[in-house]
Amino acid sequence: MNILICVSRVPDTATKVKVADDGKSIATQNVKFILNPYDEFAVEEGLQLREQHGGSVTVLTVGGQESTDILRTALAMGADKAALIQLANPDSYQVAVNIAQYARNHSFDLILFGRQSIDFDSFQVPPMVAQLLDLPCLTIVSQWSITNGTVKAERDIEGGKEEFETTLPLVASVQKGINEPRYPKLPDIIKAKSKPIETIEPVAVEPQLEILSMEIPQTERRHVILGDSDEDLEKLIQLLREEAKVI
Amino acid sequence: MKIAAFLPKLGDKLHKTAYEAITAAHQVQALVGGDVVGFAIDVDQQQLETTARYGLTRLIVAEHPLLANTYSPSAFAKVLHQLASSQEVDILILPNITYGKELGPRVAVTFEAGYIADVIGIENQDGELIFRKPVYAGKAIIAARLKTAKKIFTIRPNIFTAKAAETAASLNIETFTPELSEADFREKRLSITRSTGKLDVAEADIVVSGGRGLKAPENFKLIEELAEVLGAAVGASRAVVDAGWRPHSEQVGQTGKTISPNLYIAVGISGAVQHLAGMSSSKVIVAINKDKDAPIFQVADYGIVGDALDVLPRLTAKLKEVLHKS
Repeated sequence: MNILICVSRVPDTATKVKVADDGKSIATQNVKFILNPYDEFAVEEGLQLREQHGGSVTVLTVGGQESTDILRTALAMGADKAALIQLANPDSYQVAVNIAQYARNHSFDLILFGRQSIDFDSFQVPPMVAQLLDLPCLTIVSQWSITNGTVKAERDIEGGKEEFETTLPLVASVQKGINEPRYPKLPDIIKAKSKPIETIEPVAVEPQLEILSMEIPQTERRHVILGDSDEDLEKLIQLLREEAKVI
Repeated sequence: MKIAAFLPKLGDKLHKTAYEAITAAHQVQALVGGDVVGFAIDVDQQQLETTARYGLTRLIVAEHPLLANTYSPSAFAKVLHQLASSQEVDILILPNITYGKELGPRVAVTFEAGYIADVIGIENQDGELIFRKPVYAGKAIIAARLKTAKKIFTIRPNIFTAKAAETAASLNIETFTPELSEADFREKRLSITRSTGKLDVAEADIVVSGGRGLKAPENFKLIEELAEVLGAAVGASRAVVDAGWRPHSEQVGQTGKTISPNLYIAVGISGAVQHLAGMSSSKVIVAINKDKDAPIFQVADYGIVGDALDVLPRLTAKLKEVLHKS
């Protein structure tokens, strides 16, 4: 099974976001960038499927030169090949078009994503890639089995669960909990540093989204801090009913 | 402008976000003018009629034997494309729930329309629609425009809320028969199970979440009891999900769900940046924590400094008394 894992480079979840001087992007000084946490599950899933079915795992990202660091993380985890489509600050549509083009130039049975990238949280690239390639697509898969080209998958939706059946080739995104991502071992991290990363020119496609400004939301909070006496608990209930009017 | 709202169905009912999509469509109409139409797929007449009390006057429902009681992203995207083509839609609005999140991008590709997900605000600046959308799990908000003529966007649940009016609008329901074959159903749904009696954190008006301060998984029954009295969903911090105390579906935060309920009660949660990102857009926040310096208090409207295991049973009992009286 030939598997393509599409990954993205995002600020660490512990990042306190500040707006950069341009007023429309985040300040990157002192920000640690990591492999998108959901993509770790995609990489792990690809590696496990390769162990079961044979084949190869290629990791791909669309981004600037700095994105090679997350490709090396995936190589250290065990991916066979890595490719960077060099396009700085792409929008999601440009990412989808470029991934689709790369997939057309190769032959993959499975194109796998983490369920969302934790920067823009749009969930949009996997369905776009599927539509561009005219392939079936399952998103936010929490559990699945792949046997002889037939895929049975389960996912949570709002207030319920769904089960689907589909076939390879397939575009899919996976949910946290589908596996336990492995930690790369030190020798593998060192080895990954010297593995080649293919650099690819991007497809010329215009972005659809233009960011005009970015701001940090400021919600005024009341900050009424009480103790834990019975009277204080009664006061809290009264405030929730009469001041906030939420219960 | 032709403005369309997609009205998703879950189980046999329209999902509550269907009405929010109608409200958002009317908001766009107020900003740029034009006509609003609702699109539904395989929804029965009685359910469709409920939209009239949200001011909808025209609705088109796609019906086809292959569409009965199922869902398939590829087939539904095809139907939605045909509906939007037949009405020459300029702006398509979908709720940002699973179905909207996978159909919106697919339909956008078919029209080469610009797409933006999880919109919380819409404005008109010099004749151009400007969309506001949280990024980095709500740590920041962007204002953006779509450069394409056709635009598709999804709206965050619980933001474009509206109450049903006393009187219904005069609603015209039309039927549309899409061109479909079995082969269009690239993904076949085998089953759908509704979780009974369990509210989803992303859906609920009130969420009660627990963290490490509960000390042991079995103490979550105190959270469940408080949630029950309030009609709330149960949420959890990443720490307790990673420890295996609670399922991932309950996790609130940057690698869980980002939510905006009317009331969020954080119990025994210190308030790591990644948790705050997931819940700080809640309308009212209550924190219960024994550490008065915990960061959660900085985003709280009301705080109780105390031990969760001691506070919860008393708070639940008092609430039961008060809420049952009224």
